[in-house]
Amino acid sequence: MVNLRGTPRDSYAWSLMPRRLCGLTTRGARLTTVEDVTVIATEGLSKRFPKVTALDRLSVDVGPGVTGLVGANGAGKSTLIKILLGLSPATEGRAEVLGLDVARAGGAIRERVGYMPEHDCLPPDVSATEFVVHMARMSGLPPTAARERTADTLRHVGLYEERYRPIGGYSTGMKQRVKLAQALVHDPQLVFLDEPTNGLDPVGRDEMLGLIRRIHTDFGISVLVTSHLLGELERTCDHVVIIDGGKLLRSSSTRDFTQNTTTLAIEVTDSDDHPDGTRAVRDALHARGVTTHDGSGLPGAGHILLLTAEGEQTYDLVRDVVADLGLGLVRMEQRRHHIAEVFKDGDEQRKEAAVHGG
Amino acid sequence: MAVEQPAAREAEQTRIHNIGYRSYDGPRLGRAYACRSLYSQSLRGAYGLGRSVKSKVLPMLLFVVMCAPALIMVAVAVATKAKDLPLEYTRYAIFMQALIGLYVAAQAPQSVSRDLRFKTVPLYFSRPIETVDYVRAKYAALASAMFILTAAPLLILYVGALLAKLDFGHQTKGFAEGMVSVALLSLLFSGISLLIAATTPRRGFGIAAVIAVLTISYAAVSAVQGIADLHSGNSTALVWSGLFSPITLIDGVQTAFLGASSSFPGGQGPSAAQGVVFLLVVLGLIAGSYGLLVRRYRKAGL
Repeated sequence: MVNLRGTPRDSYAWSLMPRRLCGLTTRGARLTTVEDVTVIATEGLSKRFPKVTALDRLSVDVGPGVTGLVGANGAGKSTLIKILLGLSPATEGRAEVLGLDVARAGGAIRERVGYMPEHDCLPPDVSATEFVVHMARMSGLPPTAARERTADTLRHVGLYEERYRPIGGYSTGMKQRVKLAQALVHDPQLVFLDEPTNGLDPVGRDEMLGLIRRIHTDFGISVLVTSHLLGELERTCDHVVIIDGGKLLRSSSTRDFTQNTTTLAIEVTDSDDHPDGTRAVRDALHARGVTTHDGSGLPGAGHILLLTAEGEQTYDLVRDVVADLGLGLVRMEQRRHHIAEVFKDGDEQRKEAAVHGG
Repeated sequence: MAVEQPAAREAEQTRIHNIGYRSYDGPRLGRAYACRSLYSQSLRGAYGLGRSVKSKVLPMLLFVVMCAPALIMVAVAVATKAKDLPLEYTRYAIFMQALIGLYVAAQAPQSVSRDLRFKTVPLYFSRPIETVDYVRAKYAALASAMFILTAAPLLILYVGALLAKLDFGHQTKGFAEGMVSVALLSLLFSGISLLIAATTPRRGFGIAAVIAVLTISYAAVSAVQGIADLHSGNSTALVWSGLFSPITLIDGVQTAFLGASSSFPGGQGPSAAQGVVFLLVVLGLIAGSYGLLVRRYRKAGL
């Protein structure tokens, strides 16, 4: 029967699953995965269509936790999910999900995995409850369990009284929650979320990202979430896999990103003593050995200072400097990066193409 | 503090306790159960059950209209103490073909076009079922719904005939033949209609296309048969032209094998040998539409 669970699930299934494809992860960045297990493993996975190569010899290991799959549109993210669900055969190479071969055990994988597609997939004339109950039964849950799990899951994703109304009248944010609920209703061990923040406003986006984080921390379900924005995933994911043109660019722990690449944007007021407050802060920071960029070419350039945050002390330093100068701090925020910034060190041309997302 | 504490306690008492996430350790009934769930949901949907009141109106109305003549015939047969029913069991569906066509034209797109239009299909395929399971469940559900629609009036006739104390052996034979005939009809009509409906995500187009295919083919065949009958003696052309519309196909099969009298002009139905061709065409169409549906959904995928 159901049992209450306060801690994330250390599913026995993980421990039974030997990590067979050792050493596939590039750069060995497995800092966040404490258990030595693999949820998804691909080995030389390729998918070629007559005209395009969607995946090109992709080898990657994904452990438990929240993993971001980042790539531009057309990078091969959705193709990879289709292969992992056992719905589309790979041209070559192999892949395992939860220790099961995608080519042979598609049905068994789909029973243990949830999938939230990128596009709309909800009929407008039924209620969220009816729809999710039906989808639970399609996953193999008996009728009573399907109803109980539906009520639970809809509550967890934040749908209350409105769940009895037809879906046609829902906002985009509510529809995204229903889509998420149908992916979680059968209590999978892993969910694939394809662009779950698409079309949401900033508040909805943050709520969705918080919910995704909870799927792992509270529900104990591993997550593979795709996005074309690296910035929004860095705070949600434990691990980020970046693909471009079907090739693996980088697979590493997000700790690397947050420690090395977090850019802090600050904006200050001017005062009588310091008619150009921005310049005063820049000089003061410079005097303390912190280099800043003016973010030239970006909106609001000249009023905004960009600096690289190296941890808590940077925030404290900014606060102290601004307070000492007697200025007002208008904003201090983390800037979201675009994928291209990953190439900051290696590829200068790509850096030029970098655009800061809001 | 002293003021805050009772308030805090009160809040604690009235708080809805979040019991947290509960995992599911119960049974997972797998692929066959998922297929049955899809089948029963689609079958109920074909009569508007579990859907809005608006979508119940048409199928229920058609069902009532379909059964009404049978009730009247039974009433007349009982009242007049007739020796036989006014209509053969096998003729009933031919007689009511317009209603059957209307029903299948409305329900086939309801069953498949919606899933295509709202892109729900990928959600089904991300679950344990396979492509063929989806097609089978949808096909079986619509064929069952049609069978219920076409067999219910025959059942009324049969029960009525027994109540009127008509010849038991004769009635039972006629009823059994009628059941086989409507079973074939249900499979044939739902196969063709689902195939047409599955090509378009627009429900309206689906309805129009199914009606067009059913009525135009029947009108064309009737015209050809009418002409062939006028230039009488040309009964081969008359019989073979029956191969080109679903309802005349069924008519041909039941004339040849199920003791029905033909509705073709002049009552000239196919012989047993010709009937074999009719039967093969019917079975071929059923298998063909199933095969093409599976192919269609292989491509639809995610």
